Amino acid sequence: MGQWEVYPEFEVVRSSARCTKCLGCVAQCANGVHQYDGVQLTCDSAKCVDCHRCVAMCPTRALKIVKTDCALRENSNWDSQTIKEIFKQAQSGGVLLSSMGTPKPYPVYWDKLLLNASQVTNPSIDPLREPMETRVCLGKKPDKPQRGPDGRFTCELPPQLKLAMPMLFSAMSYGSVSYNAHEALARAAEELGVYYNTGEGGLHEDFYAYSPNTIVQVASGRFGVHEGYLNAGAAIEIKMGQGAKPGIGGHLPGTKVGADISRTRMIPEGSDAISPAPHHDIYSIEDLRQLVYSLKQSTHHKKPVIVKVAAVHNIAAIASGIARSGADIIAIDGFRGGTGAAPTRIRDNVGIPIELALAAVDQRLRDEGIRNQVGIIAGGSIRSSADVAKAIALGADAVYIATAALLALGCHLCRTCQTGMCNWGIATQRPELVARLDPKEGAKRLVNLMTAWNHEIMEMLGGMGINSIEALRGNRLMLRGIGLTAKELEILGVAHAGE
Amino acid sequence: MAYKIMAQGLDAAGLGRQIQAHPGPVEVVGCLGQRFIGAGMHGKKIRVTGIPGNALGAYLNGGEIEVCANAQDAVGDTMNAGTIVIHGDVGDTVGYAMRGGEIYVEGSAGYRAGVHMKEYQDKVPVMVIGGRAGSFLGEYQAGGVILVLGLTGSGPIAGNFPCTGMHGGKVLLRCRPEELLFPGQVTALPASPQDLDAVRPYLEEFCRRFGKDLAFILNAPFTLAVPDSRNPYRQMYVAN
Repeated sequence: MGQWEVYPEFEVVRSSARCTKCLGCVAQCANGVHQYDGVQLTCDSAKCVDCHRCVAMCPTRALKIVKTDCALRENSNWDSQTIKEIFKQAQSGGVLLSSMGTPKPYPVYWDKLLLNASQVTNPSIDPLREPMETRVCLGKKPDKPQRGPDGRFTCELPPQLKLAMPMLFSAMSYGSVSYNAHEALARAAEELGVYYNTGEGGLHEDFYAYSPNTIVQVASGRFGVHEGYLNAGAAIEIKMGQGAKPGIGGHLPGTKVGADISRTRMIPEGSDAISPAPHHDIYSIEDLRQLVYSLKQSTHHKKPVIVKVAAVHNIAAIASGIARSGADIIAIDGFRGGTGAAPTRIRDNVGIPIELALAAVDQRLRDEGIRNQVGIIAGGSIRSSADVAKAIALGADAVYIATAALLALGCHLCRTCQTGMCNWGIATQRPELVARLDPKEGAKRLVNLMTAWNHEIMEMLGGMGINSIEALRGNRLMLRGIGLTAKELEILGVAHAGE
Repeated sequence: MAYKIMAQGLDAAGLGRQIQAHPGPVEVVGCLGQRFIGAGMHGKKIRVTGIPGNALGAYLNGGEIEVCANAQDAVGDTMNAGTIVIHGDVGDTVGYAMRGGEIYVEGSAGYRAGVHMKEYQDKVPVMVIGGRAGSFLGEYQAGGVILVLGLTGSGPIAGNFPCTGMHGGKVLLRCRPEELLFPGQVTALPASPQDLDAVRPYLEEFCRRFGKDLAFILNAPFTLAVPDSRNPYRQMYVAN
């Protein structure tokens, strides 16, 4: 080490008793932690990112990774992460760039909300015995029922997205994640009867086969956007913002722009793929309306248009504007959402929690009498089926999940996606690493996860004495807060536990 | 023989349906601001008399749209293939995120022309503006060719902040390099005869469409602006 070096954050510990020198770890670690010189097997812990690939793949469980106990002096204000970030910036002059959602200890409102259960006079329902409706339709619903000249109801609806369960896979671009990751998500979406999202990197030709389960995204860079792409989607999502990095554009580092990415995005190989901060043709809500209708016109009004925004201040007013712009669905992405790469300071300090945003938007749209004009998808750190149930109770029609999906595919949340060296084959473009992710096995794990969550949701619904997602949607009476201030309870629109 | 569609009283969706319903070339007569004409279209010829509304030819994927007047904003938005010809001026954001095809504007363009144009191998979009371009020309350009000829209009050939964030493609302006202020990441030098040869087919097409004199156009200094590969537009990041 030298004057400006910092002791590595992690230590790789090898049990010499269990290690058989199979050299699997040498092959598995793309960061070059494990080395073998013919005689000795060594670890350079400075290169370790705590992704646990070697730990999982070691046949004798001889490896473990621990947080170093070589620590700076404890300080509640100047914690060691903050100090090291200053060292990094003094060294490089660079903007701090991080991956995945913010790890900062902001309050998690999901964990301060409790669900109801039925007892005594309002019996609960046993989901094994009775049918539970978890299907939802996302889209614009008419203001009032219409009748034809013969008096019968006319059941014509604007285009809807039908889901078998109230969960979809959120946008992760081809480029930020690998081809195999996309294939796993597409296969799983098809099998589950839900949707996955192309993200802003375009749609690889091989995946047009999954069109009925694909949401195509139109972001400010318009990567991969052409008429065939628009018509390939079951819905089109305009990305106005993303929870992890509100207000700034997308950024795919040049190291991840190889030949295939260059072809799909139509940018020079090795050059950073920049999506500008705003769409430079959308500077007002009227411009957004124009873009929404240009997409509808190009696809003959057959597909719902989703507008995805980051949860920020005044999100309720923004959502009201979006609803009036002609969008069929609003997707709100909370500040804890994941990302392949975002400036650390933006990720950790910009945006608001999805729980508060969702409650505020649902309530505002109801107050204005336009809640039926849009579906709402909520995202930004949905970690379990309980979070899903609570999100629906706060007003969402469905939720976007992304980090949880990547965890199902093998991600261990080491948060170094921006290097493009993902040992699990997910957030990388290197062929030898991508090959480690088996799309069929990945799809099976995604199906397992979502099926399990769906069963848990049915159990929670049954426990509440209701038998459909629709009956839970926006039903704040099914929630109680715990450890929340009066203001937080007011914004969430829930009473305190005990009331 | 083009089938005439009377635009009066039709909204954008209605006009779109009429245009689609008739195979073969169509002429939209009496257009008065209807938007999205030819949006997502492939392989059709549309002629517009009257003033079209915004987003003419958005996501165009083939065919041709010819307007015998000024057009408005968002012409050729995210266009992929085909040709748009405007016998007049265009508004703002012409050719946003253009990926292929050609746009020929006889007059001037407004703000933000050619933002984030792209290219891949032989799929190279081209935009020729006969007059002047407003500010923020070619912002974030990643590929494609923009030509600005300054034949009409007054004032500088392009507005402020041209080519900010340019990281691919090229812009040729019919002026001297010192007449405009480019960002540090862009190299702007006098265009060589080879540079002009490379774009000659587009200039010839421009002259053919609008009845202009190629020799007159070429008899003036041109500037070629390209991203400076030694000083790429790049934010310095450190992994955290």
